[in-house]
This record gives sequence, C-alpha cells and structure tokens, in this order.
Amino acid sequence: MTVDVNGSPRNVPPGCTLDALIAAVAGSLRGSAAAVDGEVVPRGEWEHFPLADGQQVEIITAVQGG
Amino acid sequence: MDDPFVIAGVELGSRLILGTGGAPSLQVVDETLAASGTAMCTVAMRRVDAGTSGSILEVLDRHGVRVLPNTAGCRTAREAVRTAQLAREALETDWVKLEVVADERTLLPDPVELLDAAAELVGLGFTVLPYTNDDPVLARRLQQVGCAAVMPLGSPIGTGLGIRNPDNIELIVSEARVPVILDAGIGTASDAALALELGCDGVLLASAVTRAQHPARMAEAMAAAVHAGRLARRAGRIPRRHHAQASSPTEGMAVL
Repeated sequence: MTVDVNGSPRNVPPGCTLDALIAAVAGSLRGSAAAVDGEVVPRGEWEHFPLADGQQVEIITAVQGG
Repeated sequence: MDDPFVIAGVELGSRLILGTGGAPSLQVVDETLAASGTAMCTVAMRRVDAGTSGSILEVLDRHGVRVLPNTAGCRTAREAVRTAQLAREALETDWVKLEVVADERTLLPDPVELLDAAAELVGLGFTVLPYTNDDPVLARRLQQVGCAAVMPLGSPIGTGLGIRNPDNIELIVSEARVPVILDAGIGTASDAALALELGCDGVLLASAVTRAQHPARMAEAMAAAVHAGRLARRAGRIPRRHHAQASSPTEGMAVL
C-alpha cells in the first residue's frame, strides 16, 4: 500500500505500523514525532498504530532554529 | 546560587538562552554553546530530511543543555498547537517557546492567535513561554491564561536594532508575576545588558551570535553582558539628573 510521507508517496507493507515507518524514515524513534492525517499520535501509541492506504503522514524532528 | 533564575520551578544555570538558528554549522553551534555557558537552547521542528547529517540534539546533549522547541513558522493557533504537540512527542518535554507570527515580512506576533494558542496549550499541560510584542496589556493577558514566562521582543526578529521601546519593557517587568525574557532584536552585547538592567530576568537571542563574524566570541560577550546587566539591576542604578552633582566634597576647599 502507499502512504504519503512528508509530501512524497512511499510504499509500505500492509499492516505497517507507525513506529516501523518512523524508524525507516528517521533512522531512529528518538527525537522524532508524527502526525497522521493532521492528528498528532502520542509516542506510546506508535507501535500499535496501523497505517492505512492513502494516509498522509508527517514525520518531524528537531533542527537548528531561533 | 543567591540569585537563581527559575522558570516553572526549574532553575536554569544561565540567564542567557540561545537560539541555534542561523549558525553555519553544528560545529559553530558547539563552539558557541561552550563559550556562552547557556543552559537552554531553542530548536525548530521540521520534516525529517534523509540528507541531514548529524543532529542538533546530539550537540545539545553533549553540553547538558535543556532543549526548548519552538513553533517558528506557525501562523495560526491551530498550527502552533499541533507543532507543540509534535515537539512534545519528539523531545519528551512539555516546554514550548510559542511563536505565532502574523506574516513573513514583519515576523511580528499575531496577538489574537498567540493568546488563543497559549490558552489551549496551557490547558493541554504545556509549560508555555510565548514570544510576544512589547505590549504590556498582551503580556498581562498571557500571564492570566497561565504562561510560565513572557518573552517580549526588543525589536523585530533578526533586525539587531536592540530595544526600541524600553519604557514598555520596564512596564511589562513592573507588572510581571512570571519571568520576563527579552526575545528578539538583540544586536550586540550592550543590548543584552540593557535588557537585564531594565529588569528582564533573561535574554533569548540567536542571530546576534550565530550571524556574528566570530560567533563564539560574541557568545562569550553576551554571557558577560547578561551577567553585568543583572548585577547592575540588583545594584540599583543612580537616578538620571538633568544637572551636574559633584562627587567630591564641596566643604574644606583650600583658599588659593
């Protein structure tokens, strides 16, 4: 199935959970967070959060900033 | 410490808070942190970029510096609240530097969206440090909704124009029940010293250091300025007078 990650389509296996996607995209779960279809998903729910085809996922981290 | 700097019950070891934006490299951030002695730094939250090498968080960790995520770039309360929630999950802190700016040209806070976002975030359990205008009334309202500090600008972000309205900053300080942190507009060390002399509890600055010709040297200057300004505030400056007042005795002059 395909989900939209930070504005680009990405193929993920069916049943893929949010923690697996974050780890794959960010390299680590530490320092990252995600919103699915505009709603922030609490860290404690990531491993049980199943993704669905067509969902929009934003994965963010800290960068230099004022 | 006989003059602790405390925000929301947490004592910070320095009254100088640094933004990390604008530094040309993580190496420069590393050097400025060492030179500044800061205890807290801001970061922004952005999409993960696979091409990014190294992490600002690793640099902050190495210096034992507390991370303060911001909501830079947000234009609405809704965006700012979502960004703060993401930051809380990413960095596992409920502290947030709340920024809701009206437009890219002025980067001035939008007071209506800012106050809405502050109230909502306080309700969600955040420790909210809002970047605000130098408006004493808005500062009062931000405290009323439960902000842990107020952070008025000295002048617009990145301008380096210093403190354009010191009377308003003094007014904000005189009414404040939470720490007042001068945020934005600092250009050089004397601006930072003035902020503390006016009674601000701390200073938050980024560009003045990160875009200086020698960032680490300027960071050291800022630390000294904040220290000097705080000492001067506590020492109690002399009142300004319109005419001269001799400091040498007027009695006992020899007749020559």
